[in-house]
Amino acid sequence: MNKRDDQVNNEGTATEERSLPHRRVHLHSEHQQQGEQKPADMPISISIQGLNAYYGKFRAVKNITLDIKAKQVTSVIGPSGCGKSTMLRCLNRMHEETQNGRTDGKVLLDDEDIYDKRVDPVAVRRKIGMVFQKPNPFPTMSVFDNVVAGFKLNRFWVNKSELADRVELALKQASLWDEVKDKLNQSGMALSGGQQQRLCIARTLAVEPEVVLMDEPCSALDPVATLKIEDLIRQLTSKYTIVIVTHNMQQAARVSDWTTFLLMGDDRAGELIEYGETKQLFTNPKDERTEAYITGRFG
Amino acid sequence: MATATQSKLHVTDLHFRRRKIADRLAFIALSACAGITVFMLLIILSYIFYKGATQIDWNFLTALPKPAGEPGGGIRNALIGSVIIVALASLMAMPIGIGTAIFLNEFPSFWVGRAIRFLADVLTAVPSIVVGLAVYTLVVRPMGSFSGFSGSVAYAFIMIPIIIITAQEALRLVPSNLREASLALGVPRWRTILMIVLPVSSRALLTGLILAVARALGETAPMLFTSFGNAFGNVNISKPTATVPVVIYRYATGPYDDWHSQAWAAAFILVGVILLASIITRFVIRSKFDE
Repeated sequence: MNKRDDQVNNEGTATEERSLPHRRVHLHSEHQQQGEQKPADMPISISIQGLNAYYGKFRAVKNITLDIKAKQVTSVIGPSGCGKSTMLRCLNRMHEETQNGRTDGKVLLDDEDIYDKRVDPVAVRRKIGMVFQKPNPFPTMSVFDNVVAGFKLNRFWVNKSELADRVELALKQASLWDEVKDKLNQSGMALSGGQQQRLCIARTLAVEPEVVLMDEPCSALDPVATLKIEDLIRQLTSKYTIVIVTHNMQQAARVSDWTTFLLMGDDRAGELIEYGETKQLFTNPKDERTEAYITGRFG
Repeated sequence: MATATQSKLHVTDLHFRRRKIADRLAFIALSACAGITVFMLLIILSYIFYKGATQIDWNFLTALPKPAGEPGGGIRNALIGSVIIVALASLMAMPIGIGTAIFLNEFPSFWVGRAIRFLADVLTAVPSIVVGLAVYTLVVRPMGSFSGFSGSVAYAFIMIPIIIITAQEALRLVPSNLREASLALGVPRWRTILMIVLPVSSRALLTGLILAVARALGETAPMLFTSFGNAFGNVNISKPTATVPVVIYRYATGPYDDWHSQAWAAAFILVGVILLASIITRFVIRSKFDE
């Protein structure tokens, strides 16, 4: 264990001193301790096939093919502007909400193409939830209403006691229940930044998605709040498939089972450079550009 | 050369002094502008208060007008008429105005949006007497008589562009990440607009409505040939109906001293109601979580 830690540290510390001192790069523990290889044929949740994403004429993401494993955490890393977030937003059809945003290629959720003409994006988003960079609780709603917002706004009529149960469950799943159980009727905006972000996670979980996409969920948070969210992500992986975009490599190393490395090509479109088990990608990258990036030679 | 003890920060040259004087002058000139504005406003308000407030009693508010030359009488007919006509106009203008603003903001399409916004801007600048003329031709003539309803249509014409412009600004201020958050939860777009976007901007929307109401309340010209006027208490919107600004106009230009003072009193009430409306929007109707 120590040996492996050192290895990562040697490579990581060159430029990556942003991490907390007591939380140097170390891969999240389970697999590392057991040292076992993850099977390559794990069940697949989302299969991305030849995905391109455009803003008007500009292609931001180029020909990405990638299988995201079910009930695993997959991180997406890469330098700024390499299309990480755009790619993520293609996975629940949020990209098309951007002005001039369009995509081609296939994204299969359990073998069903979410870009099929007969598929309603609303239905896709109920199965594939999303947490954003900046905590964005609904300002006119209480903590309680925030949690059930998605759940309630999807229905015309709801049972009061069912609602309360759901709020408690979702807040417990998001490790927020103990902190807010006495202020469920206060504004969501009254919480701290980290709590707000966990509230947003609870809100997403309350809809009971299969996949949770996270777009740099900690970049607006302080280190302590960041750690809480990371712990939470590890807990959630037993039930949910998680895809997390991060510009923090230590975070990718800490929370994810699988890592995807994107890089901007000559035409400024983001391409998939390497995809593999997090441990392997960080300790023994196959592509020299990945190695250059994780050792801090650019980006 | 400065002496050794002199601070190098103590600048005393001509440039510096000229700059200081210019600064002073600019400050004085600008405060004078602000002062004149406030002064004029206060003069108008206090004169209306002085001339009007003294004339008001319960009878003035609740009685119908007396025949010309007889002392006493009130403006009940005009108060009720104004309320009915403006309320009806709001009912017409609000859905159309806010609906248009939602369309412009949530479904941005370059040409259509720009064109509608331009038309709304033009419409706010259309003189209200022209609006009255149009409504006279489109509503009063076909219906065959002056009516409160036609007055409401004229007011609605005046209110709609104001509501569109204020509502569009209000909706634009709703952070797009809230819309995205809602959409990402699988909430359909129409419910996102209804449950997230409108509540967040409710206060600004309401301010816009009040602004439009306040503007309409005082409009006289279009009422002259739409709702016309009525000396009897009338609540039937298909009949001619009295409104406060028309009463002010008639009384103020009439030959009797008694009418003049009643015009002042009516003016006071009009200003008071508009002022009250603004204050109420600011203080009473707040979103649940405002501190």
